[in-house]
Amino acid sequence: MSEIAVRVGGQAGDGIASIGESLARCFSRLGWHTFGLNAYQSVIRGGHVWFQARAADPRPHSQGDGADILYALDKATVEIHAPGLRRGGAVVFDPEKFAVADGELPAGVRAVPVPTLEIARKYTSQSILQNAGGIGGAAYLAGLPLDMLHEVLRDSFGRKSGEIVDWNLGASEAGYRAAEKAAGQVPNAVSKKGAPKLLMNGNQAIALGAAAGGCKFLAQYPMTPASSVMHWMAAHAHTLGVVVKQAEDELAAINMAIGASFGGVRSMTATSGGGFALMVEALGMAGMTETPLVVVESQRAGPSTGVPTKTEQGDLNLMLGAGQSEFPRAILAPADPAEAYRATVRAFELAESWQTPILVASDLHLSENFFTVDRAEIDLNVEVPSLFTVQPNGHEYLRYQYTESGVSPRAIPGQPGLQFVAGSDEHDEHGHLISDIKAGIPKYILERQKMMDKRMRKLTGLAHEVPEPRWEGPADAPLTFVAWGSTVGAIRDAMVVLAAQGKSTNLLAFPAVHPLSESAVRAAFQRTKKTLLVEGNFSGQFGRHLRAETGLYLSERLLKYDGEPFFPHEIVARALEVM
Amino acid sequence: MGTPLPLIGKSDTKPTWCPGCGDFGVVAAVEMAVKRLKIPSHNVVVVSGIGCSSNLPHFLSSYGFHGIHGRAIPVAEGIRWANHGLTVIATGGDGDGFGIGAGHFVHAMRRNVDLTYVTMDNQIYGLTTGQASPTSSLGQKTKSTPDGVIENPIEPVALALASGATYVARGFSGDVKQLADLVAGGIQHKGFSFVDVYSPCVTYNKLNTFDFFRQRVYKLESAGHDPSDIVKAWQRALEWGDKIPIGLFYQTDRPTYEDLEKVLEAGPLALQTAGIRGGEKVLDEFV
Repeated sequence: MSEIAVRVGGQAGDGIASIGESLARCFSRLGWHTFGLNAYQSVIRGGHVWFQARAADPRPHSQGDGADILYALDKATVEIHAPGLRRGGAVVFDPEKFAVADGELPAGVRAVPVPTLEIARKYTSQSILQNAGGIGGAAYLAGLPLDMLHEVLRDSFGRKSGEIVDWNLGASEAGYRAAEKAAGQVPNAVSKKGAPKLLMNGNQAIALGAAAGGCKFLAQYPMTPASSVMHWMAAHAHTLGVVVKQAEDELAAINMAIGASFGGVRSMTATSGGGFALMVEALGMAGMTETPLVVVESQRAGPSTGVPTKTEQGDLNLMLGAGQSEFPRAILAPADPAEAYRATVRAFELAESWQTPILVASDLHLSENFFTVDRAEIDLNVEVPSLFTVQPNGHEYLRYQYTESGVSPRAIPGQPGLQFVAGSDEHDEHGHLISDIKAGIPKYILERQKMMDKRMRKLTGLAHEVPEPRWEGPADAPLTFVAWGSTVGAIRDAMVVLAAQGKSTNLLAFPAVHPLSESAVRAAFQRTKKTLLVEGNFSGQFGRHLRAETGLYLSERLLKYDGEPFFPHEIVARALEVM
Repeated sequence: MGTPLPLIGKSDTKPTWCPGCGDFGVVAAVEMAVKRLKIPSHNVVVVSGIGCSSNLPHFLSSYGFHGIHGRAIPVAEGIRWANHGLTVIATGGDGDGFGIGAGHFVHAMRRNVDLTYVTMDNQIYGLTTGQASPTSSLGQKTKSTPDGVIENPIEPVALALASGATYVARGFSGDVKQLADLVAGGIQHKGFSFVDVYSPCVTYNKLNTFDFFRQRVYKLESAGHDPSDIVKAWQRALEWGDKIPIGLFYQTDRPTYEDLEKVLEAGPLALQTAGIRGGEKVLDEFV
């Protein structure tokens, strides 16, 4: 396995994420699979933020453990991150800002001074240009070719004035040369590995998947870490023909999306746990009125406001139980952007064909961090059928007709002769209320039960159409990891580490956590020897769900709820204990 | 030419309101207004939330969406944006619109979404059997306020004027003819039209009765009110006591949300193509 990880740290407002993203893009353009971790805090200026770009072969699925090169914009970054640097690594810093002695660093890690401020002053009095010298120094030490760095910087500053582009090119080259002079030859030149990869975060993949899946309307209220779904879609609204509405609150957002869906377009809303909690009543209305709806729930560390910039998988119970009484829903839980793209496309198809809300469960780790994707993994050729399919046939139109599948013919307002009222009250096949003067009358007691049965029958069909549990790794491994959502990434990386130690493991991932097909799940677990449930929450919410649905109890667990993503070494350590 | 498509009429569901309820006059006025404008019933969507008055969509032959408490407006907005070829009328009560749904009411007006909002304002919660509402009078005794209401009531017309509504009217369900004119004017108006209707609750509000209003209401058009003058409209909106004005308070022209939303320039969203087949260029930005 070969890998290189470059970490950049400083304060919020220093431009850390943009340096990190540029470095990640250098690797991905050279054809390396890359992971970019954006670690930040809920402040706009100050504090401590960092970004890590990690390129590796085999493909990295997480931020990994440790780093090789650290570009520190402040001394705090050195103190926090130096212990995680690997032998052979280096720290880029500006001696004009603070000093770093070799003795402060782990054995085999060098301090490499680069005069970033001095370089910047040759061009401008704006100190932000110091980042160019720093990124140049870090790129040199990472073994990145200067022309690739320049290509990426030229593209990222391309919309700014020619002067700014020139400054960045000049300053980054000066930093690159300064590091070369200070550190001498570096052994690990990063060579071109293949066609450029796509670098995207989970929210971009979700928004792209929504557009490809036919979404024409997105209503959303800003909330970390879901906001960038709206940002991406808004930036592409005109070219993609999607109306993006920032609503006054999450109550409005979901109700607008339901209204738009009823009105004849595929619609979506996206939020995090706090906003989703506000949407709960309307989610049930989508179930009751049988209005297709896609809801993205990007989880963050809770409860309540929690740790808004940190990750967790703590909202599964909420997603499973959201809404009074019962109605059919599915919850898809993609592991990475390629899967998030496909899951969102699928969510629109399922919502449409089953006329019920479909949830896409993401989390901060997937939503906001960067993963590489091969172009072939994103198939934009998605068929989006017209919604105006029901035609009047002279008979009485029954919007909520009892059917074997539970799905009834759906008319769209504007279609003559098919008028109906969609009601959040219980109703009969016509849509007429049976909640007031008919409630409790024997005939309508039966109607109520039949209508509940009709809606809930969809769950049986849905269970066959959501993505099945997926195996990764050798079939006969003595230990099987069980996971859902973004946690899968660190497990994949841990499996590589374990394999290098001669320990065979495999993974049973759940791209759909609900509904579970009991027979399919039980069959899958027939193949397991020992299992280890890995979840990013306090109580093992998926473990509880699995037990409730199938009777299977997974006793060995690795649960994490400190706000940080899983690191491969944590999974390796727990796996070795269990094995 | 084929046969003309049916105009709106009553549905085969009979209203379940109490005999004498003000809301009968409102549903009659909405039906008259839509019929007069000759909008085919399949191009009309009547949206509501929850409450006695929110059952209204069931009693008309148009499309309807009977949603959850307080959320009629965002559903109606979503329908408009999905298909701005439709006539969308939101209906509901004072609790639904000015209590639990007050936020949506204000924002829809500042957006100037082209829909008509008709509130059946009875100054009481009826369906939950008689608690104070956001428009109940100071001192009014209800089940939830046995010592009398101690909060100042919301004045919906004034709130609408302050929020940027471009058509602000008040009707009385005891005068269905004028009310139908006001609703028709609202539907024809390009932008958010608001018609607050005094629609007495004959069961739970013994204060604001039909007689109470009959003795007090006067028509703005008979009083020489100029609906283009927002300052005058404001003054009229604050009149309450022996004389209470009904009629059109204010009307102005302002681009609608749908006018300004560039994506809708290509026509109703529901009739546009969906998906991004063949749009591989969108992936280039990720390289």
